[in-house]
Amino acid sequence: MGDFIPSNSLNVLPPYCRDKACLVSTELWKEAIKQSFINTHKDLFEGKMNASTVVITFVFLSMNSSSAKFSFPNINLQQLLKQLLCIVNSDSVLYQEEDLRPYECDALSAYQQLPFIVVLPETTEQIQKILQLCNKIDLPVVARGAGTGLSGGALPYAKGLLLSLAKLNKIITIDQQLQTAIVQPGVRNLAISEAVSHLGLYYAPDPSSQIACTIGGNVAENSGGVHCLKYGLTVHNIQQLKIVTIEGELITIGGNGLDSPGYDLLALLTGSEGMLGIIVEVTVKLLPKPEHIQTLLAAFDNAVNAGKAVANIISAGIIPAGLEMMDKLAVKAAEDFVHAGYPVEAEAILICELDGIEEEVRQQVIAVQNILLANAAIEVRIAKDEQERVNFWKGRKNAFPAVGRLSADYYCMDGTIPRKHLPQVLQTMAEMSKSYDLAVANVFHAGDGNLHPLILYDGSKVGELEKAEEFGGKILELCIAVGGTITGEHGVGMEKLKQMCVQFNLAELKQFHAVKAAFDPKALLNPGKAVPSLHRCAELGAMHVHHGKLPHPELERF
Amino acid sequence: MENKDISEQLKNTVQLSLNNKEKLIIKGGNSKHFYGRTPAGKTLNIAEHQGIINYEPSELVITVRAGTKLKDIEALLAKNNQMLAFEPPAFSDHATIGGTIACNLSGPRRAYTGAARDYVLGTKIINGQAEILSFGGEVMKNVAGYDVSRLITGAMGTLGVLLEISLKVVPKPETEITLVHNCTAEQALVKLQQWSVLPLPITASCFYQDQLNIRLSGSEKAINTIQQSLGGEVLNEVNAFWYSVKEQTHPFFDKEKNLWRVSTASNTPITTKNKDSFYEWGGALRWIKVDISIDKIPDSLNGHITLFRSPAIKNEVFQPLPKHLLQKHRNLKQAFDPQGIFNIGRMYPEF
Repeated sequence: MGDFIPSNSLNVLPPYCRDKACLVSTELWKEAIKQSFINTHKDLFEGKMNASTVVITFVFLSMNSSSAKFSFPNINLQQLLKQLLCIVNSDSVLYQEEDLRPYECDALSAYQQLPFIVVLPETTEQIQKILQLCNKIDLPVVARGAGTGLSGGALPYAKGLLLSLAKLNKIITIDQQLQTAIVQPGVRNLAISEAVSHLGLYYAPDPSSQIACTIGGNVAENSGGVHCLKYGLTVHNIQQLKIVTIEGELITIGGNGLDSPGYDLLALLTGSEGMLGIIVEVTVKLLPKPEHIQTLLAAFDNAVNAGKAVANIISAGIIPAGLEMMDKLAVKAAEDFVHAGYPVEAEAILICELDGIEEEVRQQVIAVQNILLANAAIEVRIAKDEQERVNFWKGRKNAFPAVGRLSADYYCMDGTIPRKHLPQVLQTMAEMSKSYDLAVANVFHAGDGNLHPLILYDGSKVGELEKAEEFGGKILELCIAVGGTITGEHGVGMEKLKQMCVQFNLAELKQFHAVKAAFDPKALLNPGKAVPSLHRCAELGAMHVHHGKLPHPELERF
Repeated sequence: MENKDISEQLKNTVQLSLNNKEKLIIKGGNSKHFYGRTPAGKTLNIAEHQGIINYEPSELVITVRAGTKLKDIEALLAKNNQMLAFEPPAFSDHATIGGTIACNLSGPRRAYTGAARDYVLGTKIINGQAEILSFGGEVMKNVAGYDVSRLITGAMGTLGVLLEISLKVVPKPETEITLVHNCTAEQALVKLQQWSVLPLPITASCFYQDQLNIRLSGSEKAINTIQQSLGGEVLNEVNAFWYSVKEQTHPFFDKEKNLWRVSTASNTPITTKNKDSFYEWGGALRWIKVDISIDKIPDSLNGHITLFRSPAIKNEVFQPLPKHLLQKHRNLKQAFDPQGIFNIGRMYPEF
């Protein structure tokens, strides 16, 4: 794919960037970066901090259009370093290419970009000062936690500062009485549950990357997991946030009680993908561990029956803690990888976890077993002990890497659909898989309708990534068509900007931009992500059309 | 229940008000007119905009027009053995779902299953530029775009007119019982805290004048077992009791006096006298009849206060916001309602 620079940055940059437009090739631009590092190193090693300054004119090329062209104001690396070193220690600033390399992408590695500079602050005060500086000199800021995001949300900005929150990794307090923990943004999701386990408590949202992903990133993406049908998403499990605004102000959002005065900024900030503020502290709610957990695994000889079983379980008034589906390819891949003992001959399997009071769980297990059998399950297993329960989950939790073994690369999608459309969507995906000649493995949070189709491709084959992306885009558009959404829990990031133009009309996108401007008028925070520019949507022609009329005929089209 | 879509008419009225530089007061069933400050402007009545747009019990979602009566929605859900998990107070038979969501008021179940905002999946609104916009949707997980639907929940109509709302619904519990313990307020808080760290199916709690009531919900067998371990007397007339708490028809709620709502950390020490205080949500919600100065909130309060009801004309109702936070509120108001036409002065003097 090469260097990916969003055309939509056009719209969110300060006006002067658009005026001084010039156009060079991507190759020239790469060369400019290379030169900048050579010069930088030379100056620094020779101790000539004030000698030649590195001046780079960054030129942005759109992947889809050559009409988008503009440049940023010049940035002086030495001067920036000098200013940053007044705020943080020298080992907290990275600017040499080999040090920047680990930050060039998040878990969506198809998008890569070296940042201009990386800063790893250790305190909130440092973050405030860094943001004040960035705001003063119009330097874009991209926040990064563990970099496990799947939508390119933490993709660096070529002419921007990458703010790694990895060093803010302390659990500040655990309050057993209130069942809350106050943590810094770089604390890992699983580390919270581990730290409170001895109190009989845990933190409910459990994204599959929970070993590595951080709570700051979870809040920024409103992460879910396999248990959100019953326990909700991140937005349902946090109580207070401290954020630093682009102006460097520290703001507390939420409260010590269950609500706070004014607008629900806690909800607005959750899932805002680093576009509105930098999260520097999170108060999470903790839950008592359930008294009893029981897990069933059912095999079906067709996915439609599995889908019907899911609807019938919910209709029976049972809300399982987790209800997951895997198709044949995903089951086989998982089995080959972790040997969980999955029925590999099945067309689809369901894993259903029930938790709560022991008596209630026992009753529900019987009810669910009957529903599964009534929907023509060819086999139903009930975990007889903790070991077997863990085994049932082992295959599911390793499904992504397992599928990764089948193919050179895979592309993980994240649409959500109303559950009733599952058979139709699976059928259409199977047909698209044939026409694109790319295999798809399906892993599915069946309880809440969140699909994770994994498209298998080989990035070393010319054109195959583009084909996979196009296929993925079609899947997302299918999700919208049946009344769903393009992203259930991975976020829009860089990846789904195009589909945002399909899901939302221009007036809605304009409203999003206005929300962004309420927090970040100069659009310095994570520019070019999450919400596409109106230009981009107009350019793509993939516009949301209401009643056959283009919204905002007054807008200029490109 | 009526089935009528007046969204175009409402949109046109908003456009007309924009043209004429008039302000609008959004009104549903007028059941919560006592709540908040008193705005100025012409009335925009949404009560006629009624009807169920989509309800499929197995999807756990209902989409309704904002003027639909809360009691009609609750009756339809009950027929399908489902309910709104946040147990919203209605304060009148005329209460609409639009007003309920605009106020984000939640009942006794809130501390245990979440607030109205936790169940809002999507909204269709008219913004302050007379544009009809949709955010969120009908699915449980949706992170495309900013969460405008939850932002607008509880914004008291200051950011836009709610037209449609999609809500997650939940199954009704098989059984509910209420247990009564006689104890002091301090003892009640200790008990509630001890229970809160255990996996118990508590779905409501309330303390008033030496009496702690807790409600358990779940399967009959499970409830029986828990009841034995928790002790206490079983209360008859369970529904009537919790109804009186939710709708504030309980004798504590004396409409002749100022009623303050204190939202606080559940372990905040007790400072008020027994007869003047009514506790809910495991101690995190406290209704107080002693006057508090809204500009001088002591730190020991550990939360925020609202002048929920007052027989007199109210000046400030909601606790003042810190400077930077207030600025963000102003900016957001500007983002949704740049000409400032919706419910101006309902929340704070400026918006």
